[in-house]
Amino acid sequence: MRSVSGTIDINFLKEKARAIRIEVLKMLTEAGSGHTGGSLSAADIVTALYFYKMRHNPENPKWNERDRFILSKGHAAPLLYAALAMTGYFDISMLKTLRKMGSPLQGHPCSRTLLGVEISTGSLGQGLSVANGIAIGLKMDNLNSRVYCLLGDGEIQEGQVWEAAMTSAHYRLDNLCAIVDMNGLQIDGPVSHVKAIEPVAAKWNAFGWHVIDIDGHDMKTIIDTLDEAETVKEKPTVILARTVKGKGVSFFEGKVEYHGIAPTHEELERALKELGG
Amino acid sequence: MSLKIATRDAYGEALLELGKRRKDVVVLDADLSGSTKTGKFAKAFPERFYNIGISEQDMIGTASGLSLTGKLPFASTFAVFETGRAWEQIRQTVCYSNLNVKLVATHSGITVGEDGASHQATEDVALMRVLPNMTIIVPSDGNETRQVINAIADYYGPVYVRLGRVKVPMVMPDEYQFKIGKAFTFHTGSNVNIIAMGIMVSTALEAADILKDEGIDAGVINISTVKPLDTETLLNIAKACRLIVTAEEHSTIGGLGSAVCEFLSENHPIQICRIGIRDAFGCSGKPEELLKLYCLTADDIVRTIKEALT
Ligand SMILES: Cc1ncc(C[n+]2csc(CCOP(=O)(O)OP(=O)(O)O)c2C)c(N)n1
Ligand SMILES: [Mg+2]
Repeated sequence: MRSVSGTIDINFLKEKARAIRIEVLKMLTEAGSGHTGGSLSAADIVTALYFYKMRHNPENPKWNERDRFILSKGHAAPLLYAALAMTGYFDISMLKTLRKMGSPLQGHPCSRTLLGVEISTGSLGQGLSVANGIAIGLKMDNLNSRVYCLLGDGEIQEGQVWEAAMTSAHYRLDNLCAIVDMNGLQIDGPVSHVKAIEPVAAKWNAFGWHVIDIDGHDMKTIIDTLDEAETVKEKPTVILARTVKGKGVSFFEGKVEYHGIAPTHEELERALKELGG
Repeated sequence: MSLKIATRDAYGEALLELGKRRKDVVVLDADLSGSTKTGKFAKAFPERFYNIGISEQDMIGTASGLSLTGKLPFASTFAVFETGRAWEQIRQTVCYSNLNVKLVATHSGITVGEDGASHQATEDVALMRVLPNMTIIVPSDGNETRQVINAIADYYGPVYVRLGRVKVPMVMPDEYQFKIGKAFTFHTGSNVNIIAMGIMVSTALEAADILKDEGIDAGVINISTVKPLDTETLLNIAKACRLIVTAEEHSTIGGLGSAVCEFLSENHPIQICRIGIRDAFGCSGKPEELLKLYCLTADDIVRTIKEALT
């Protein structure tokens, strides 16, 4: 959130990121299953988007001038849900219902059950195409809204991502900003072992994108980069956010096995201590 | 012979007219706009036409995003690529989110002809039928196609429309009014009724004429909406005859025949014969030759009915 004076309170955002991580961990533990590593790695980015960069109105989730956020890596649903709850889309107590029968908080985001979710995701590789369609539609309507799309680094092995990347550049979608959560890990191991994606920057560059490579946990850098992206014209921008999977909890950090499992109650207690929760 | 027009040509015209009436219509294609006839719209409204290139999966996603901004997207390519290549995108993004995306595919069935099996969708209806929220419409002629395009524009939700490449006779009466989910009964037969979709409606009418000369009273029903099925009409017809024959230019697995069997076996079991492609790929040839080869002619329907009735 920008303060009234227009200056940005980095400490406020850092504090929000810490609180989001705590909610993510609690919700996952309560659910007993879900994706921990990739929710934590993108927590700083999503905090910067929801609490600083994006123009959105939780009281009017369908406000047509809002900026859009597409969680293409849908398995990081807990992170999206925490951001939505903490910005006021629904009561924070609802986070406890994650993955439970009858809950709008489905295992992967479902736009039909939860306001604030722009599009249902979960099957990887599809979000950037949807983001393109929204970006084109916004331009047709002469709206200045921007579209943000978060992808995983393993996810960009999907061919559709590169079909979409070509489309974004071809239609000069400068109202679109893709962010790749470069945590280096996917399910079966390091991305570099499963199927290497590097040189990533050169790939996006070759596809006609403005590329910015950053430390995805440095809040000041994140917000400066999001601001910079908005000034780039005639091209889409991609932010390659170098992150650590499981960031914030020492015993989850960089551990491939914490991709798709939830913390135990004992792990939660230790994690909360580390996070000062 | 009555006037013949390909359903894809009727689509091109209808889309152009719709584009004039409604500014929210946007059209996407995947490098086949000449063949799918979306090129007409593209020429008239270049600012509302998006060629996504040879990337069908991306086309479906882009259409979905456009629908999220309140546009009315029509996404077209050949039926094989639309429903096959992009199936999971249609499932996850379009149907699961219940988006207002219109999938209008051309070049369905074996009447694609010379291009052969790679380009002949004979399983597209099956692929779309299993998806919740999806509506499936298979128009029988040019006039019906025009009406279908207008009707789906006024309907919210995912729709798959199956069109063909070759010219087909106009079969629907002038006063016919298409309604989503409503079958059209040309005539109800006391012995047997033929339930057909797409180009097989005209074939069924031909078969009924031949049977009439031989003293067999065969009814013909055009069930252009394959999903949701017009179960009321089906039930009434099943109760009033001995035999039902389904006719489709599609696999007998998962298509119209399956849909009718699934419904009637649970609600009013009756003998049903399915005319369609029997678990096989198509092949190259002239459309008329292929219809003979795959037993999709009026004579095939006549023979099937006579055998079943004796
Ligand atoms: C199309 C598709 N294939 C496979 C999966 C199963 N899956 C879920 S997460 C994942 C790994 C994702 O890795 P990455 O994109 O790097 O995500 P992150 O590390 O940020 O969690 C896989 C293979 C899926 N959800 N969708
Ligand atoms: Mg990863």
